[in-house]
Amino acid sequence: MSDEPLRTDGGRADDGRTNDGQQFDRLPETPADREVEGRASRREVLDWWDERFGVPPETFDGVTFWEKGAGKVWAFAGDVDSPIRIEGLGLTFMRTRQEHWKPTTEAVQRFGADADRNVLRLSPEQAERFVAGEDQELDWDGDWGYLIAAHEIAGEDAPLGVGLYLHGELRSRIPKGRRREF
Amino acid sequence: MEPLERYRPIVDDFDAFLDACERPLPSAVRVNTIKSSTERVTAAFDEAGVGWEQADWNDRVMTVETDRPGNTWPYFHGWVQGQEEVSSLPAVVLDPNPGERVWDACAAPGSKTTHLAALMEDTGTLVANDNNLGRLSALRSNAERLGVSNVAVTNRDARNFSLKPFDGEPFDRALVDVPCSCEGTVRKNPDTFDEWSLNHVHSVAGVQKGILRRAVQATREGGTVVYATCTFAPEENEAALDHVIAEEDCRVVEMDIDIEHAPGITEWEGDGFDDSVRKAARIYPHFQDTGGFFVAKLEVTA
Repeated sequence: MSDEPLRTDGGRADDGRTNDGQQFDRLPETPADREVEGRASRREVLDWWDERFGVPPETFDGVTFWEKGAGKVWAFAGDVDSPIRIEGLGLTFMRTRQEHWKPTTEAVQRFGADADRNVLRLSPEQAERFVAGEDQELDWDGDWGYLIAAHEIAGEDAPLGVGLYLHGELRSRIPKGRRREF
Repeated sequence: MEPLERYRPIVDDFDAFLDACERPLPSAVRVNTIKSSTERVTAAFDEAGVGWEQADWNDRVMTVETDRPGNTWPYFHGWVQGQEEVSSLPAVVLDPNPGERVWDACAAPGSKTTHLAALMEDTGTLVANDNNLGRLSALRSNAERLGVSNVAVTNRDARNFSLKPFDGEPFDRALVDVPCSCEGTVRKNPDTFDEWSLNHVHSVAGVQKGILRRAVQATREGGTVVYATCTFAPEENEAALDHVIAEEDCRVVEMDIDIEHAPGITEWEGDGFDDSVRKAARIYPHFQDTGGFFVAKLEVTA
């Protein structure tokens, strides 16, 4: 992880409004609506998925985005008032407040099926190594950085999770608890 | 198996019942329609050479010929949840619609919660509560793997659950799948009876009544509450229903289920229960080679 491109900032604003790690706050609609320094807006999130992966913004109609814990964005399909202090709200969706935003495995599996950019299709052997958490050397002409690793199953592509491609190497970013050895 | 002896008077073909309780349970999964379909899951199992057989009453529930369904591609992709056949029943009986507000009072580890989410097509608001924080993390990880995005997770005592974080509005439906003495899970957990005592049955029954009462209160008039346990003990089943229909504005209603079952009983060890508890279903392991289960459907009347 050490050379992974990371930058964190606490999100402290001059007016004293900060991110509160104990509650879920709905993301502002646009950067102009932002009241908490450093918080991503819905528009930036949708633009990022569109630009990085070609996932169309309509994919997220009916889904709202929330921040709990600095930079951790959650996707929620239901309806509650902001802020809310509970244990969980929808699924963990992506990591913001760092130079390179990073989607979660679960977000990629749930919303990444329509991605058509920065998708790396793996062979059966490569897919097994990837979900076991192994890094592997391989050639790829896509962008460096976070990508969606996919494989073919039952006749169609299925997203596996998030990989980091750097220096000719695919690094698996499958969380420990989700790794499997077949 | 000693604690089961007391059910000899109420279970038909008691020897077959005991035999079934001593056999291990087949591995079963439920197809997660949020991320996949029965066709795609069965095609993936075929590709991997894993045999499968659909349940008679529900084509999204199937037994699979592997001891480790967790180590298959459909599991990794969140296309299936490892879940024994009868545990898919309560969500089907509750029958939530897309867009509704639903409460799962004792939700962890989330097999039934994620089933509710799928029936709601991952829309509306599904409040999943459990009083056990450790078990909630299992719920969270199952819900995430299955791609559930309509769930709001709370860590409260269901008996005095507050609607305040949720606009103070009652729910359309509630699932009350209570902690119980788990007698019906003996095929999965052979040590179930090591800790069994009638005192425990009575003490857990008090908690169950409290949770069911709160669920009726927290559900709107005309709404539905489903009560479920994985035990045979009438103290935790019909007696809980009998108590709650007397204390709260609700009634037991008929269920339309295609799985073989016996009706709820109206007499147990000298106590009589309201006739309407017959509408509940007792599912015994020898009926369809499943675990044991109890389920009842209530309508909220005020």
